[in-house]
Amino acid sequence: MKVAVIVFPGSNCDFDVYYALKEVSGIPAELVWHKEKSLKGFNGAVLPGGFSYGDYLRAGAIAKFSPVMEEVKKFALEGKPVLGICNGFQILTEAGILPGALLRNKNLKFLCQDVYLRVENKNPIFMKYLKEGDVIKLPIAHMDGNYFCDEETLKDLIEKGQIAFRYSSPDGEIKENSKFNPNGSLYSIAGVLNREGNVLGMMPHPERYVEKLLGSKDGLYIFKSLKKFFTG
Amino acid sequence: MKAKLEVFLKETVLDPQGKAIKEALEKLGFDKIVDLRVGKIFYVELDLEDREKAKEILEEAAEKLLCNKIIESYKIIL
Repeated sequence: MKVAVIVFPGSNCDFDVYYALKEVSGIPAELVWHKEKSLKGFNGAVLPGGFSYGDYLRAGAIAKFSPVMEEVKKFALEGKPVLGICNGFQILTEAGILPGALLRNKNLKFLCQDVYLRVENKNPIFMKYLKEGDVIKLPIAHMDGNYFCDEETLKDLIEKGQIAFRYSSPDGEIKENSKFNPNGSLYSIAGVLNREGNVLGMMPHPERYVEKLLGSKDGLYIFKSLKKFFTG
Repeated sequence: MKAKLEVFLKETVLDPQGKAIKEALEKLGFDKIVDLRVGKIFYVELDLEDREKAKEILEEAAEKLLCNKIIESYKIIL
């Protein structure tokens, strides 16, 4: 098993993800420059946070044409795990690998804070150690995290169980128009899965909370689940 | 030939930037401006004179990159 951490020009969470995977979770990982045309030898990919191409045009809009994205699309179709965090999530939606789009935060402010997330899914790849209704705390750091999709897509996401996380209060209560949904996301959506469940995109940063020293270890639930998926 | 491509958020998509600007104008006394939405304009120069062909190229550029049709619409002005 080996996971590729894709590095775009402007990625800035690449080394944090690499550290969380390799050093903390024991998942072999390698940084892969976005111009690579092949992901041969890798079993999964993580698109880290940052500001690929300076967020020009729209966050993730230019990165989706990076050569490596053809391989990421293949991974998505082949059922290999693909995780997009923050800007990585934006790139996955821009590329059409995940549904919806990330709009400017409702209050027009860059948000850098902890959020509470209610687990909405028991996805076996990324959320094996979490169950529906659990609440975890992770940090967000973004300008464009306001999840949006049309009504039909939302209905579909709910019906097919593709919503992974929703912003909530510490006790798991969802209040869409409150400080517990800081960026104004539709239906308080913080993370979504593709239909097959092997692609997860999320605005919060699990890689930033993987050690007690960092404030919390809640991000480890996701990386440990990924490791379990690989090692069985 | 020169052309313009306007990209704007769909009516159903909230435009907090437009709202903030409208409120700022209101505070300056512009009480006749009741709604304002922010969009983007791309000023494009094309190496051809055929209007139909230009439209075709700009449409393709909009669909592929310049416009995210989940949240935006576009208009080509030749």
